[in-house]
Amino acid sequence: MITVGVDIGSVASKGVLLNGEKRFSTVLPTGWSPRDAGEKILSTLFRESCIGQHEVGYIIVTGYGRVSFGKADKTVTEISCHARGVAALCPEARTIIDIGGQDSKVISINEKGKVLDFAMNDKCAAGTGKFLQVMANTLGMDVAELAASEDPSETVTINSMCTVFAESEIIGLLARNISKGGIIAGLHQSVGKRVASMARRMGAREKIVFTGGVAQNAGVRRALEEELKRIVVVPEECQYTGALGAALLGIETRQ
Amino acid sequence: MENNKVDQFMDIRAATVAKMLEEKEKGMKVVGIYCTFCPQELVLAAGAIPVGLCGTREDPIPAAEEVLPRNLCPLIKSSYGFAVTDTCPFFNFSDLIVGETTCDGKKKMFEIMQELKPVHVMQLPHRHKAGASLDLWVDEIRSLRTKIEEELQVEIKDEEIWKAIDLVNQEKKALKEISDLNRNSPPPMSGLELLTVVWSGGFSFDKKELVEMLSELKKTLESREVDPESAKKPRILLTGCPVGLGSEKVVRLVDELGATVVAMENCTGYKTLELRADTSKDDPILALAEKYINIPCSCMSPNPYRMDLLGRMIDDFNADAVIDLTWQACHTYNIESHEVEKVVKDKGRPFLHLESDYSSSDEESLKVRIEAMLEMIEK
Repeated sequence: MITVGVDIGSVASKGVLLNGEKRFSTVLPTGWSPRDAGEKILSTLFRESCIGQHEVGYIIVTGYGRVSFGKADKTVTEISCHARGVAALCPEARTIIDIGGQDSKVISINEKGKVLDFAMNDKCAAGTGKFLQVMANTLGMDVAELAASEDPSETVTINSMCTVFAESEIIGLLARNISKGGIIAGLHQSVGKRVASMARRMGAREKIVFTGGVAQNAGVRRALEEELKRIVVVPEECQYTGALGAALLGIETRQ
Repeated sequence: MENNKVDQFMDIRAATVAKMLEEKEKGMKVVGIYCTFCPQELVLAAGAIPVGLCGTREDPIPAAEEVLPRNLCPLIKSSYGFAVTDTCPFFNFSDLIVGETTCDGKKKMFEIMQELKPVHVMQLPHRHKAGASLDLWVDEIRSLRTKIEEELQVEIKDEEIWKAIDLVNQEKKALKEISDLNRNSPPPMSGLELLTVVWSGGFSFDKKELVEMLSELKKTLESREVDPESAKKPRILLTGCPVGLGSEKVVRLVDELGATVVAMENCTGYKTLELRADTSKDDPILALAEKYINIPCSCMSPNPYRMDLLGRMIDDFNADAVIDLTWQACHTYNIESHEVEKVVKDKGRPFLHLESDYSSSDEESLKVRIEAMLEMIEK
C-alpha cells in the first residue's frame, strides 16, 4: 500500500511517500499558508514518484499546520510521528531531541517507538530555530552558515534567554569587537543548554537522536553533546522524521 | 428536558444578582469570599449571604496590571481587576470581603484591595498538623467571627454556627454525590457540565435551594441516557489550580479532542468535598478549624493529603491520564507538580503538566500537548 506523511512545520513543510521499499521525500518552505504548503508537498511527491493521488491508500498530516490541511485521512501530533519515524531509522533510540522553527521538544520512547513521556517548549523562542534565525540576521549571515563560522575555543556565554534581549546582548558584544565565531559558539551553547535541561528532566536515556531543521546545524549538536556529556546522533534524514513517522503510522492505521 | 437541569446551574449567577439587588434594599448583608479556606459557616450563622467573587476571566486583567505586576498569577490579577473596575456585581454587593494568606501574591494584593472595600485577611498557617498551627487557625477563625459581628452589627450564636455547619456539610455531600456519578462508564457529565455545576454552586444565594437543586440533578443524571460509545473516550483527571467559567479552556479542549474530564481535584472541584466539620465537638469554632486546616492546597507544606486524594481519585474515577493545570506564577502549584508527577507515574498513567494563563494565546500549543498525551493512551 502507498501512504503519505506530511509534516507542516512553522518554517518548513516536509513530505514522505512510501511505496513498498521505495521512499520519496521532499521539503519546502511553509510560507504564510500552511494549507498551500501542504498541497505543494503532495503535488511534488506525486510528480517525483509518478504516482497519482487515487493510488494513495492513506495520508496522515502532522505539524502545527495539520489542522488547516483538509486533504488528510487523519491528523496525528508531531510527538507521535517523530517517535515513530525515529524508531524506524534508529531502533536503539530512547530519547529524541527535536528542534524546529518555533518549538523544541524532547520525547522519551521505548523500543517500539511508543511515546513514554514528552516535554515541549513553544511559549518562547529561546531554544528554537527562530532564535538562531534572528541572531543570524543580526550577524548579517544566513542561518545555514552559522555552524561553519563558529569558534568553540572562544565561546562567549550569551546570558539572555529572551530572543529580543539576546539580540541586544549580541549587538553589545559586536560593539566591543568580540569575535563573531565566539558569539556564534555562544548562541549554539545557549540553545544546547536550554534544550539539554529539558532532556535531563526526561532522563536523557541513550541513544539520543537529534532531529528537526536545527539538527542540520553541527554547532548545536556539539553544544548538546557538551551539555549532556553523551553522544548525540543526527540521522541523515533528520528533517523528515516527522513526515516519515506519519507515513509509517498510515500503514499501521490502515492495517 | 434533562439538559435544562444542568443549564439551570448556568443561571445561578444571574439569579443571585437579581435576588441580591432586591434583598440588599431590605438590609440583607453579603460577605464576599475568594477561597475555599473561608469558613463560610460563620457568614451563614450571622444571617448573611456568603458569595464567591469573580476572578476566573481574562477581561479585567489589563486594568489590574496598571497596579499589579504583569508576572503574577492570572487569578490574583483577575480578582483584583474585577474589583477595581467594579465589574463583579458580587464584589459591589459585599459589605465585607474575606481573604486568606494562601500565597504571597494574594496577601499583598489584599492590602491594596483594602482601598476599595473592607477586607479581612485571615492568617493561614501552612501546616496541617495540630499544635501551634491549629491554635493559630482557631484564633483566626475566632477573629473572623468578631470581625463579622462588628461589621454586620450582629451576634453570631454557637447554635447558629452548628446549623450552618449542618447545611454546608449537606452541600458538600450533595456536590460529592454529583461528582461521583462520573465514576461510571460512560460518565453522565461532560467536563464542561461538571465544571458548570460545581463552580456555579459557589454563587448560589440560598444553600438550601442549592442542595435541593443538586439532589434533583442527581436523579436526572442517574437516569440520563448517555451514548454508550462515549465509554470509549479517554478519561482525564484534572488537578492543579482552580478553574472556573472564563478560564475553562483546558476542560473545553479535552472535550473537543474527544476525551472527557471525568473529575477535577482542584479546589473548585473535589478537593474539599470529603471534608466535613465534626458535629460531635463541643466547640463549633474548633470543628471548623479542624475541617478547614485539612484542605490539601499546595500552600500547605508538606501536603500529603493531596497526593493521597489524587491516588484514590485515579483509581475511583478510573482515570486514563492526569493533567496538572497550573497558572503562570503560581509557585506552590507549579513546584508541587513534581510530586504530583510521581504519584501519577507510580500508577502507570501518562502525566501532563500544563502551565498557562487565562488568555487564549496558547490554545494551539496546549492542544498539541493534550492531543499527544491522548495518543499515548490510545496505543
